[in-house]
Amino acid sequence: MKFGVVIFPGSNCDCDCRRVVEQVMEQPVDLIWHEADSVDGYDCIILPGGFSYGNYLRAGAIASHSPVMGAVKKAAADGKLVMGICNGFQVLAEAGLLPGVLQRNKNLRFICKFLHLKVEHNKSAFTNACSPGQVLRIPIAHDEGKYYVDTKVLAEMEAKGQVLFRYCDAGGTVSAEANPNGSLGNIAGICNRKGNVMGMMPYPERSAEEILTSADGRLIFESMLRHLRQVWK
Amino acid sequence: MYRARIFITLKKSVFDTQGQVVRKSLQALNFDDVEDVRMGKYIELQLEAADKAAAEAAVRDMCERLLVNTVIEQYGYEVSEA
Repeated sequence: MKFGVVIFPGSNCDCDCRRVVEQVMEQPVDLIWHEADSVDGYDCIILPGGFSYGNYLRAGAIASHSPVMGAVKKAAADGKLVMGICNGFQVLAEAGLLPGVLQRNKNLRFICKFLHLKVEHNKSAFTNACSPGQVLRIPIAHDEGKYYVDTKVLAEMEAKGQVLFRYCDAGGTVSAEANPNGSLGNIAGICNRKGNVMGMMPYPERSAEEILTSADGRLIFESMLRHLRQVWK
Repeated sequence: MYRARIFITLKKSVFDTQGQVVRKSLQALNFDDVEDVRMGKYIELQLEAADKAAAEAAVRDMCERLLVNTVIEQYGYEVSEA
């Protein structure tokens, strides 16, 4: 399965993603400059974390109009997997590929720490290697991660199983105390209605090897591989 | 040549964390009469257009497509001859 990791000016997690795909998952991967006008030939596109274009105007706003995003939209329409992590999630939301928006954290601080995520269900291309309700230990590092969407769209998302990850405590309880940034419904990660585009604020690639104190993030990469292998069958 | 002044604020239905913090800070300075603070953005730009209506149409298009995230923000503008 061939992966592509997009680099915008200001991306800074591209090499972490490449390392996990190449070294941990042992899959071919290319870095793709944001001026590329095609992402044909890739099974999965990753938009990495960082501060694309200095997060000028709004986080992810400028990057969402980069030349490569036209190609990413086409890949998404063709059913390829697209994953946005942190700033990548913000870019996907600004591009309209995912509903909602990521706002400044409720406490107006940059938050960088390990926390816990509850996997809502395992019927998605990004969670099929997890068990429903499984608690993953994965770090966040963001200033603008407070997920917001209007109540009507949220109800649709909940009904369609588009909420994939919620912030929870170590025991898996989703509570206000376990919500680091004020996200609506403790939402940490979502997918589109079709289920092939996913965005999450936590960093699975920073927790995909035991040496990093958690390998839970690897399950998300494994899920994508499983999904792609089934598609290819 | 036209000059556009664009004002962007959070929609009323969206909680403004920054605005609340600024309000509290103003109260700490004894500006007790301040009941609400809403933070926003101000953008000024110059553009060529056939007439004022065309300039306004272009500004609206810019707002909808890039300058404003209409999920959470609303905007207003003033266009005048520069």
